[in-house]
Amino acid sequence: MPTIYIDGQALEVAQGENILEACLNAGMDLPYFCWHPAMGSIGSCRQCALVQYQNEEDTRGRIVMGCMTPVTEGARFSLNAENATEFRSAVVESLMLNHPHDCPVCGEGGECHLQDMTVMVGHRDRRYTGKKNTHRNQYLGPLIHHEMNRCITCYRCERYYRDYAGGKDLGAQASHDHVYFGRHEEGVLQSEFSGNLVEVCPTGVFTDKPFLKHYSRKWDLQSAPSICSGCAVGCNIAPGERYGKLKRVHNRYNHEVNGYFLCDRGRFGSGYINSDARLDYAGIKKPDGSFMAVHQQQAIDTAASWIKHKKVAGIGSPRASLEANYLLRELVGAANFVAGFSDREAEIMGTIVHSLKHTRASNPSIKQMEAADAILILGEDVTNTAPRVALGLRQSVRNKAFELAEQMGLPPWQDAAIRNLAQDQRSPMIIVSAMDTRLDDVASRCVSLAADDIAVFGYAVAEVLAGGKSEDVAVNEAAEILLRAKHPLILSGSSMSHTGIVNGAVAVAEALEAQNKSAMLSLCVAESNSLGLALLVDSGLKTKPLSISKLAKKSSKLDALIILENDLDRRSNKADIDLLVTGGAKIVSMDILENSTLNNSDLVLPAASYAESQGTLVSSEGRAQRYFPVYRPAAERLPSWQWMLQLADACEHKTLSELEHFDQVVAACAASQPLFATLVDVAPLRDYRSQGQKIPRQTHRYSGRTAMNAGVSVHEPQQPEDTESALAFSMEGLNRDEPASLIPYVWSPGWNSNQSLQKFQAEVDGPLKGGTAGVRIIQSTGLGALQSSEPAEPTLKPHHWLLVPVHQVHGSEEMSANTDEIAELAGRAFIGIGEKVAEKLDVAEGDGVVVTQGKTDISLQVKILSRVAKNCVGFSAGYSETLGLTAGSLVSLVKDQQWVRATSQMIATDKGTGTRGGSAHV
Amino acid sequence: MLSELRTIWEVLKHTFTKAETVQYPEEMPYLSPRYRGRIVLTRDPDGEERCVACNLCAAVCPVDCIALQKDTREDGTWYPEFFRINFSRCIMCGMCEEACPTYAIQLTPDFEMCEYDRQNMVYEKEHLLINGVGKYPDYNFYRVSGMQTATKDKGEAQNEARPIDTKSLLP
Repeated sequence: MPTIYIDGQALEVAQGENILEACLNAGMDLPYFCWHPAMGSIGSCRQCALVQYQNEEDTRGRIVMGCMTPVTEGARFSLNAENATEFRSAVVESLMLNHPHDCPVCGEGGECHLQDMTVMVGHRDRRYTGKKNTHRNQYLGPLIHHEMNRCITCYRCERYYRDYAGGKDLGAQASHDHVYFGRHEEGVLQSEFSGNLVEVCPTGVFTDKPFLKHYSRKWDLQSAPSICSGCAVGCNIAPGERYGKLKRVHNRYNHEVNGYFLCDRGRFGSGYINSDARLDYAGIKKPDGSFMAVHQQQAIDTAASWIKHKKVAGIGSPRASLEANYLLRELVGAANFVAGFSDREAEIMGTIVHSLKHTRASNPSIKQMEAADAILILGEDVTNTAPRVALGLRQSVRNKAFELAEQMGLPPWQDAAIRNLAQDQRSPMIIVSAMDTRLDDVASRCVSLAADDIAVFGYAVAEVLAGGKSEDVAVNEAAEILLRAKHPLILSGSSMSHTGIVNGAVAVAEALEAQNKSAMLSLCVAESNSLGLALLVDSGLKTKPLSISKLAKKSSKLDALIILENDLDRRSNKADIDLLVTGGAKIVSMDILENSTLNNSDLVLPAASYAESQGTLVSSEGRAQRYFPVYRPAAERLPSWQWMLQLADACEHKTLSELEHFDQVVAACAASQPLFATLVDVAPLRDYRSQGQKIPRQTHRYSGRTAMNAGVSVHEPQQPEDTESALAFSMEGLNRDEPASLIPYVWSPGWNSNQSLQKFQAEVDGPLKGGTAGVRIIQSTGLGALQSSEPAEPTLKPHHWLLVPVHQVHGSEEMSANTDEIAELAGRAFIGIGEKVAEKLDVAEGDGVVVTQGKTDISLQVKILSRVAKNCVGFSAGYSETLGLTAGSLVSLVKDQQWVRATSQMIATDKGTGTRGGSAHV
Repeated sequence: MLSELRTIWEVLKHTFTKAETVQYPEEMPYLSPRYRGRIVLTRDPDGEERCVACNLCAAVCPVDCIALQKDTREDGTWYPEFFRINFSRCIMCGMCEEACPTYAIQLTPDFEMCEYDRQNMVYEKEHLLINGVGKYPDYNFYRVSGMQTATKDKGEAQNEARPIDTKSLLP
């Protein structure tokens, strides 16, 4: 560890760091703009200047850029030398020459890195009397607002969007002081990660458009640590609330999981929480089919009269918390509990759980995946099924570049140099999928195969790894790159609805382990708590867990059925649902938004969303993470776990009626099976105190406390009390030094922007001072997880095609699809076909095709795909239009002659607002 | 002894000086325009609401008696959807006026705000907004800001050059 001297102070620093990192690690405030911990240094903004001296005698020194200067033993620097401070102040002054007088009407104001740095260097008065440059803004879609005048040309946006996230449609244009960052023409940003521009941009060029519509300042937001429910990756988020509405979602740093970035579904997909389609009150169905609103207690009493001492079954949900599912399972008994997966998914989840429990390969976090130097993806379009993982994979293919850099002696933060050196050289990544994926552009080889053939491909690779032979070039190449790699990664998942693919991936990982290679095996699952739910039903039963179809068959014997946050339309076929509904059982269901399952129920209970309740979710990494309520649920909504406890209490359940607090539920759940034992360690319990106080959800400058409710009554209500967690609905307390799972927002004196995160990190780009949130609960037995299942070749009839589910980051996920902006981006459901099929059917992109599956006819818009496996067609999965289609079934396609093509999309204006029900961020 | 006599003399002397107190409310005292009394929201010279809902007044308010919510007009400009001051909490310190970047919020010499019902001390935007410019007759924030409005294109604000044509090769 070299020792350096900054203003005479000796510092022990890590080898290979630059001075900027060293200063920040030492807690010094050195201003910067273009440097970003995840993106390295390019030395373009000239802001992190300090003076370097040759030796102890040298008193003049020379100005160097902190981010571009590596630490060397005995090097001497000065942060406070007059010429250094003057230089930094001059840089800010020159950056401000063209900066508009916008702060009061800027969505970045109050959390602006440029404001912070300007104050930090002490620049105040404008001396330049010339005119300010101006730019025209662009329409960049419903998510990002563009205000180019505010740009300070640090190039962070372009480096993030193109270099880091692999976007192609945003870049720098023109030269000198005309530089412009935007698209070649107005239009929707194509990257699934465009939302991070909001946090990457140090000023207000790119701001959160839905948030901007009903904007609140950062200091006015009440935030809580939360977990994204958009997919199974389990990104950490910090949603912010004001006046009872969820305003925005910001990234919450987790070193192992999402780091600094989120996907657009996670960032912008929560608008449904403010939707008018939310339920406010419990309702009992009247004979005419409409619902009568009733009070909580009345609803509970009614439900109890149907449940108590009766034969009751329960359907859980992969998007509800582990605790709520656990309580339902206890309430109805394990034998009567259906996980709530579709039958097919239940089978795949069983396989995945078995694999993860027994595989010798490790289940990596995103951080570990970023270290992979060879990747084999089987059947998964990761960008659309686990978006944040795909962003990680885009970094792992750069390991080749880092390897080259190491040979040249270049430190990894020398971003521009390393990109120049590596050019297009990447670590190998082979994608085997039915059709094009969003990672194809960085793959070394893409193979298009039908689902069964992907499974066969996996087994073939495993065989070659074990010393066998194959005729297939791609199989041999896959085996070769995995064998050659230090950290091979095999990635697959449930998105193709095909157990064989998962088994194929497991076979490859096990074959690698058999060769004494330490392999990483990551299996993507569909929903935020799919894995947690699968683990819950996996234990405690000797027989196979009940499925929805089996439950439907015996529905006539049931007295009541409790459905937890589950829309059965998405899980089951119409016949089974009809059986359940008409079987005579009283149906009690709770959910967040109105759906057809609720309408089929006899009693509906309004459930709180993730932002209003707390619970544990298990990510596909096997990481159990806790989310906390950002604000109190409005009207008579209750978190599902509280509904469950009240039901149990009213039914005088033996064990559950003794539980009162969330912590007790967690403890009971943890005691229910050995795998869950560590659930109590996921986050501090409700009696945790920091400096004798709870952690405040509100900032210390939370405004308007004595006026926000004065419109209703001038008599100020008491602050709501949170009896269930260690967080308070208050500004009292200290947001410092708490465990990582409790950090509601980041702020530090002088650092109002999200760059204050470095004050919470133990070291730059390292874990948080409070550790890493979440506990990995799956400990593999390491016995090997190979299950043999030889997939059969499908028999195809002429003019029939195999349906392949195509997942979309915007639109395929149930809840986020109810957000205006996401619905706008999702567009219409499509049928994806290859060019040849299109020619055969005589259709072009945008035309309609009638898809016939058995007795179901559905007209869908045509989308031409660039590569498609033989005899396969893709359909957009998870869209309400395509719920009747089943993955893997055979369909026939005919051109729809009545189809009306959508009129060419007009470029909307910045004022455009959606008109659908779920108005976002109102 | 001497000092006591002097005190009596001084008090006696004041019996004949003019009283500083006035017979309020029959007689109104003079209050300078910069007196810190009831808060108003003013309009710019074009008659538009000056407040841009930047939230700085609310942030600086020591008793947190200002609450507002930003909304957006057709042309993208900002305005408060609601703006509420709880005068039963207000201490007339004037920090909101100091913080206001658009001269929207101003304190007036009116201090007569007694009410029998405290609820009447809660002023909404309709009660606060006046039809005038207040102490600053000329200022219009949107003429200075770089934001495009319905009446002002990019490059037309104070001290701004015309928008750059990024496709031009000229220096």
